[in-house]
Amino acid sequence: MVSKQLGTNEALTSFPDQSGHFGPYGGRFVSETLMAALDELTLSYDGLKTDPEFLAELGSDLEHYVGRASPLYLAQRLTDHAGGAKIWLKREDLNHTGAHKINNCIGQALLARHMGKPRIIAETGAGQHGVASATVAARFGLKCTVYMGSEDIQRQSLNVYRMKLLGAEVVPVTSGSRTLKDALNEAMRDWVTNVDDTHYIIGTVAGPHPYPMIVRDLQSVIGREARAQFARQHGGLPDAVMACVGGGSNAMGIFYPFLEDESVRLIGVEAAGDGIMTGRHAAPLTDGIVGVLHGNRTYLMQDQAGLISETHSVSAGLDYPGVGPEHAWLKDIERAEYVAVTDEEALGAFRQLNLLEGILPALESSHALAHAVEFAATLRKDQNIIVNLSGRGDKDIPTMAKIDGISIG
Amino acid sequence: MGRLTSTINAVQSRAQKSLVAYIVAGDPHPDQTVDLMHTLVAEGVDIIELGVPFTDPEAEGPVIQLAHERALVHQVTLLKVLEMVTAFRLEDATTPVVLMGYLNPIEAMGYEAFAEQASLSGVDGLITVNLPPEEAGPLAIALQTKGIDPIYLLAPTTTDARAAAVCRASRGFVYYVSLKGTTGSGGLDIKAVCERVAHLKAQTSLPLFVGFGIKDGATAAPIAKVADGVVVGSAIVTLMGEFQASPQALKSAVIELVRDIRTALNASNP
Repeated sequence: MVSKQLGTNEALTSFPDQSGHFGPYGGRFVSETLMAALDELTLSYDGLKTDPEFLAELGSDLEHYVGRASPLYLAQRLTDHAGGAKIWLKREDLNHTGAHKINNCIGQALLARHMGKPRIIAETGAGQHGVASATVAARFGLKCTVYMGSEDIQRQSLNVYRMKLLGAEVVPVTSGSRTLKDALNEAMRDWVTNVDDTHYIIGTVAGPHPYPMIVRDLQSVIGREARAQFARQHGGLPDAVMACVGGGSNAMGIFYPFLEDESVRLIGVEAAGDGIMTGRHAAPLTDGIVGVLHGNRTYLMQDQAGLISETHSVSAGLDYPGVGPEHAWLKDIERAEYVAVTDEEALGAFRQLNLLEGILPALESSHALAHAVEFAATLRKDQNIIVNLSGRGDKDIPTMAKIDGISIG
Repeated sequence: MGRLTSTINAVQSRAQKSLVAYIVAGDPHPDQTVDLMHTLVAEGVDIIELGVPFTDPEAEGPVIQLAHERALVHQVTLLKVLEMVTAFRLEDATTPVVLMGYLNPIEAMGYEAFAEQASLSGVDGLITVNLPPEEAGPLAIALQTKGIDPIYLLAPTTTDARAAAVCRASRGFVYYVSLKGTTGSGGLDIKAVCERVAHLKAQTSLPLFVGFGIKDGATAAPIAKVADGVVVGSAIVTLMGEFQASPQALKSAVIELVRDIRTALNASNP
């Protein structure tokens, strides 16, 4: 068992501990006003997570509304191109709203309803979590406000309009670097002010306890399905599981059910932006320092004085200076490995998947694909890699068109 | 007994209420901070609360966010803030200085190194906005070893059980955040605040100060009737933004505001 490496008898899947820590990471670093709300959320979730009625309702919506299970698809032409291990794609891009984000939002909307909170708020970078939040708000009749950096609103105008069509209010955030981290700050400010009637749906496995745990649990449906599908479609376990890591929710979702499978390598792919050496990137696990931001202790992009650095990635969803605390811990105990892929490599993988498989991947997921092709080439042909194709790339078409100098009005 | 407690005791022995003024170090310009601190003291401020600029001040409203951004333009790091306190201490050895900020710059410096340097600079207390007592153990030990008071916050949402634990962990005073919201939010329900403060005061022997939403003499006076002191922040910081181009006009405006509040406090506790 992998946990023997830790010198403890605890299973890797038993974390976080009671106070929300993954080893030295995680915890609850928020202003006093939010402590009661976090206690309430922890209590509600503890009660619900084993409640048959809640699980039945969640399962039913995942099947009939989200469209789960998502397929596990053997990408044969991509495999042939890479010339090594078989590459399987976990098709989260086929979910309703086009990404894995909806898995978490359905669960948290049910939680909000259970806690009697008629309003939800969310932060968003690429807009996928914002769209998923606006979607479940419509589905469950909740009021919804989404905070989005004004820089990201420019990059992801399609998703902004989509959220408005879904009846959500989209609030542009103009403070700081005007990206995802600032949207998170603003959502925290909203929550502090409206904590009585509002549930904050954090979109990733970061933030104060219990969020990293709740989001991981709700996303781990990805890994549970993939593990069972692989056993059925191929037999046994894959040799590696790979996913892109911004905050890290799609990666944690697919990693978690494999944590105790010692033979399965877990590989997270961060955004190297212009290249790690340039400093213009968003890869805190590859090149960051441990600190405290947005409610948890984790690896961060920061300067020597402890000020948070501005990050860069072509993909808005990975453009974040922190990362979920469970990833920080999995890195330290060497249960997971983390690498980084540049904008250019990700754009290459984006084009490649279109041409070879007829699949339009999100720029975020393209980071994992880029590394998968490179990594597959180092493995034998009888080995297998599962890549979490966390979202589809429709939202990125304007960005790609701009790069290609094409006006699509 | 530290400078913070002896100052608060002295104010109480005069049957007065403490006035705490908050400014962000380096706002509007690093050259003005120490002078502004002296000005505040000269106008009757008992304790200076000095904000440490941070890139992600998640509990602040727009007024104080902008102050952090103005200070960061001039690269005002935690180390520079401590240098400002050292400079202030050259002329003022008695007024307590409490730093208020976010945990990450302190983590980056290291708890022991921070406590050591803050103590040498003449810092008396620390409020870390995003550090509840549950996570504060190691920092609190480092601070208390160097005679610096860790000060924690109470909020309208704090349960009685938590309030007791927060008060046990606090030194110097306890800071009651009077409203749900960020700094500088409006619409303070004074009657509700007074009731809550009276309830909390019955549970602790520490002085209880109230902040968030106190913007002038008229809001300060009724709260000071029940609390041991009031904290004024966004109202002063608003002036920093308004008069950033003119240090002299800024000073006059700050003097006028602080006088109004000090006069109201003294009148409400004759």
